[in-house]
Amino acid sequence: MAQVYITSNLKRFFKDIDQISIACTTVQEGIERLDQEHQGIQSYLLDDTGALRKHVNIFVNGTMVQDRKTLRDKVAAKDKIHIIQALSGG
Amino acid sequence: MDNVNILLGTRKGLLVYQYHHNKWHLRDVFFEGIPVTLAHFDPIKKTWWALLDHGHWGCKVHRSMNGKDWEELPAPIYPENAFAKEGVRASTRLLWAFASDPSSDAIWMGTEPGGLFKSESNGRDFILNQALWNHPSRMEHWFGGGRDYAAIHSILLHPDNPNNILVGISCAGVFESTDAGLHWRPINNGLKADFLPNPNAEVGQDPHLLVRCQAKPDVLWQQNHCGIFRSTNGGRNWEEVSETNGPAKFGFAIAADAEDPDVAFVVPAVSDENRIAVGKELIVCRTRDGGKTWDRLQNGLPKGPSFDIVYRHALDLNREWVAFGTTTGNVYVSSNSGEEWTCLSNHLPMVNSLEFFDAN
Repeated sequence: MAQVYITSNLKRFFKDIDQISIACTTVQEGIERLDQEHQGIQSYLLDDTGALRKHVNIFVNGTMVQDRKTLRDKVAAKDKIHIIQALSGG
Repeated sequence: MDNVNILLGTRKGLLVYQYHHNKWHLRDVFFEGIPVTLAHFDPIKKTWWALLDHGHWGCKVHRSMNGKDWEELPAPIYPENAFAKEGVRASTRLLWAFASDPSSDAIWMGTEPGGLFKSESNGRDFILNQALWNHPSRMEHWFGGGRDYAAIHSILLHPDNPNNILVGISCAGVFESTDAGLHWRPINNGLKADFLPNPNAEVGQDPHLLVRCQAKPDVLWQQNHCGIFRSTNGGRNWEEVSETNGPAKFGFAIAADAEDPDVAFVVPAVSDENRIAVGKELIVCRTRDGGKTWDRLQNGLPKGPSFDIVYRHALDLNREWVAFGTTTGNVYVSSNSGEEWTCLSNHLPMVNSLEFFDAN
C-alpha cells in the first residue's frame, strides 16, 4: 500500500482525510481510489481532461510526476505520494 | 427598506450585508479566503449560489437552500470531444454567468472557454449546450478578451418567452436562440469592434455585459468594449448611446432599471489602454432618457485620486437602492438613485460581483 500525504490546504475541503493508504500501480489509479473514498477530490486535483491541474503537484518518493496529462507514473507498494499545491501569494 | 441584502462575491470570499435599523451590517462571510467569481440569489427557486475559482483546485459550484448551509455540487465539465481550439481539450476555467428558468428547475451557467451549460435539476448535473459550442463561428471568430479563451458573462432568459435566450460573449458578441437553445445566431447589428480589421464584423464583438429591462424585455443595454449600446427590439439592432464628450463610454458594468426602459447606470473607466477611474475620480453615470444624455453622479464618492474600476457583475440596482463594488475593495450604496452615495466599506477584497436580494 502506498502512503498518500495531502496538503493541509486540501484538508480544508475534505476534513475527514488523514494519512491514507492506497493500493495502486500508477498515480492515476491512486487518484481514482482516493476519489472513491473521498468523493469529489479528483475534481480538485484534475481538470476536465483528466490532466493534473496547473498549480497542483504530485511527488512519488520525492520525485515530481512526469506525466501530468495521464498520470501514468508508476507507484509501488510502500511508496510515498505527496499531493501539494503551488505556493502563491496575495 | 429593512431586510434588503447585498451579496458580494469577492476575491476573498462571499460577503452578505443586510440593511437593518437604518444601517448596513456585515451579516455573514462564507468561503473565507476563496475567490468567488459570482454570488447570486435565485428568487424563483429560493436558492443561493456561489461560483468559486479556487485557482489551485479549479472552479467549484456551491448551493445553499437557506443562505447558511452550503453544499458543493459537481461543476460543469466539458465532454471529451470538446476542444477549446484545435488540439486543445476544453476544460472549465471560469464560471462567469448564471440564469434561472422561471418555469422549471432548469438553470444555465456560462463559462470560459465559451461553453454554455444547462442543468435541468437546479444544479445536480450540467450538460454542455452543443448547438452554441458547435456554432460555425466559434473556432475561427471567438477569442479571449483579457483571458485565454472566449467566455460567456451574460445569460438572459426572456421573462415572457422561455424559448428566447440571449448570451453575451467576450469576445464574440451577442447570440440569440429562439428555440430554447437548439439553434443560435449572432445578433450584433449596429455594434462596432474598432479593434478588428472589420469593426462591423458579425462575430468578434466584445460586449462586456448584457442587461435587460424586465418590464420591457425588448429593451436591452450593453456596456461594450467600444461604447454603450442599447436595443429596443430585442437585440436585432443596436444603437450606440455613449457620450461623445463625456465619461460614459468605456467600462465593464451596466445596470438597467427593471421598470423604466430609459434608465440605466454605468461606472466608466478611462479606456481600453488605461483602465482606471476617469480623471482618477470615481464617477457613476445615469441616463433617464434612453441614453440620449448621461448624468454624472459623484456626491459622496471620493474626489480622488481613485484607481477603482467596477467589474461587470459588480453594479446592481433594485427598486430603492443602487450599489457597486470596486477592484480596490470599496463598496458604495445610494438610496436615491445615485444622487448621493454612502460608503459601505473601504476595506474589502476586490469585488467580483454585487447583487441585491430580498429573501423574504
